Amino acid sequence: MKAEALPLRPASVQDAFSRHRLSWIDALPWVAAVLVYFAFPTYLALGTLVMISIIFALALDLALGYGGVASLGHAAFFGIGAYAAGIWALHVTSEPFSGLVVAGLAGGLGALMVGPLLLKTRGLTLVMLTLAVATLLQAIANADWCKPVTGGADGLFGYQIAPLFGRFAFDLEGQTGYWYAAGVMAVVFFVSKAIVNSPFGLTIRGIRENQVRMRMLGVPVVRRLVMLYVVSGAMAAIAGGISAQVTRLVGLDSLAFMQSGNVLVMLILGGMGSLYGAFLGATVFVVLSDRAAEIDPFNWLFAVGIVLILAVRFAPQGLVGLIETAADRVGWRRDSR
Amino acid sequence: MAQGQPMSPPALEIEGLTKNFGALRVTRQVSLTLEDGARHALIGPNGAGKTTLVNLITGLLAPTGGRIRLSGTDVTDLDPEQRVALGLARTFQITSLFPALTVAENVALALCSRFGLDRRFWGRMRAQVEVIDGAASLLDSLGLLALAPRRIADLPYGQRRLVEIALVLALEPKMLLLDEPAAGLASADRHAVLDLLLRLPEQLTMLIIEHDMSLVFRIAKRITVLVEGSVLVEGAPAEIRANQDVRDVYLGTRHHA
Repeated sequence: MKAEALPLRPASVQDAFSRHRLSWIDALPWVAAVLVYFAFPTYLALGTLVMISIIFALALDLALGYGGVASLGHAAFFGIGAYAAGIWALHVTSEPFSGLVVAGLAGGLGALMVGPLLLKTRGLTLVMLTLAVATLLQAIANADWCKPVTGGADGLFGYQIAPLFGRFAFDLEGQTGYWYAAGVMAVVFFVSKAIVNSPFGLTIRGIRENQVRMRMLGVPVVRRLVMLYVVSGAMAAIAGGISAQVTRLVGLDSLAFMQSGNVLVMLILGGMGSLYGAFLGATVFVVLSDRAAEIDPFNWLFAVGIVLILAVRFAPQGLVGLIETAADRVGWRRDSR
Repeated sequence: MAQGQPMSPPALEIEGLTKNFGALRVTRQVSLTLEDGARHALIGPNGAGKTTLVNLITGLLAPTGGRIRLSGTDVTDLDPEQRVALGLARTFQITSLFPALTVAENVALALCSRFGLDRRFWGRMRAQVEVIDGAASLLDSLGLLALAPRRIADLPYGQRRLVEIALVLALEPKMLLLDEPAAGLASADRHAVLDLLLRLPEQLTMLIIEHDMSLVFRIAKRITVLVEGSVLVEGAPAEIRANQDVRDVYLGTRHHA
């Protein structure tokens, strides 16, 4: 039943493909960054942490939100990136961009090494294995024979980061670090956007929806998931790399379960599979944690827990879902996914 | 088969295929040959091992013994996706689609795979002209073009079955396995499926599992009856219809080992 080619490329078919289109909403995070810079100049370190968390959450959103790869050990890549950037600055060069590239490569390589083993499994098994990998890395970083390299429990410190473009020194108020993180966040966001709009992006959503069907369409599912894992791992590592560069300290906590759990909570809070959820979730989570810790340094997790319970109960699709529902009700929503 | 031409290897050749789940022998020494362009039906009572046989042919299950060849190539040890690359495609008894995606995206997933685009992470999906045009003309030829922007989750069951078939046709397979394509359909939808299957290209080799005998006799030129994992009889539809053993099995008066 070879059909005749249609005279026109039907717009209905073209429009049937969901896409992450460029809109004024995409500029919001950076508009907000500028506003925060002028309105709260003493909170630049917190702002930088928010943006690092957004990059980390974007990495997880690609893997989990789009590809359905349930990872409870994404700190593995964040930590790899942090240590790679720290070690690079300490032993090779203090130039920041090369350190970030090295961090990304290290994270991607790590994902490439464990991916083929992990991604043959699914569901709970995969969750446990990703957790195990991160825990194992943390144990290695703390092992006696690794201490000369990682600093063990004391952490890795004592390295310098050279001025950005040779001009802008990483100052104490964190101005340079703030804009540095904002710039990298832009690159990571637009790369993520390009990926989810691409044929590969459609493929990983297909894998999330139905792996067996994808195999029966001739797609090597595990290999595609490894590709995704490498991209996601590299992005998470870049987030870790920025963290290492702006704080000039890498601790074992960068590989900790807490780190993996937090980023997952951020994504659930914000909403998965839309990229925007990473921005909302990370911002709310980090700012809320900071405020709660200021009020009660010992029980701040309590506030985070309450917000998470409320989110899961009243906004199962996350804050993005909540906003979309509201927009639908008002009737001005265009397709955003 | 045209005379005077060298005989091409059969589209599908199964030899002594066996599958055991522990002590349970689900497939027993099944041999089956489908020439190019064959219209072959596989029938048998529930639990005869029909779907298991399809899973073995597609590679979703590994056989305990026996060989499978596609157009002369031994695929027994190949992954499912490698068999698809050799021209094998299947539908599932229980609709197996991508519920959160639109009909066009479902078909596009198959086309991306066929064109080798599934690993391209640059370029927008909307700009993949061959995929968009391919999806449009395929959906149009099946009368499904209007459904293109609808999500699978929002479609009634009958239309999902048609999309299921659209998905495999997008792969332009040489060998098509249809696992109960009309299962659970109302008679109008049943006719739509039958109509579609009758219009498939002649050179396409087809193995169809179906319970609806009227549908089987309309499509199949040859029929294999599977009972308790082994081939009871194989023959032309008229022979099968007249076969006393087959009648007994379907009437349930006798048991065959």
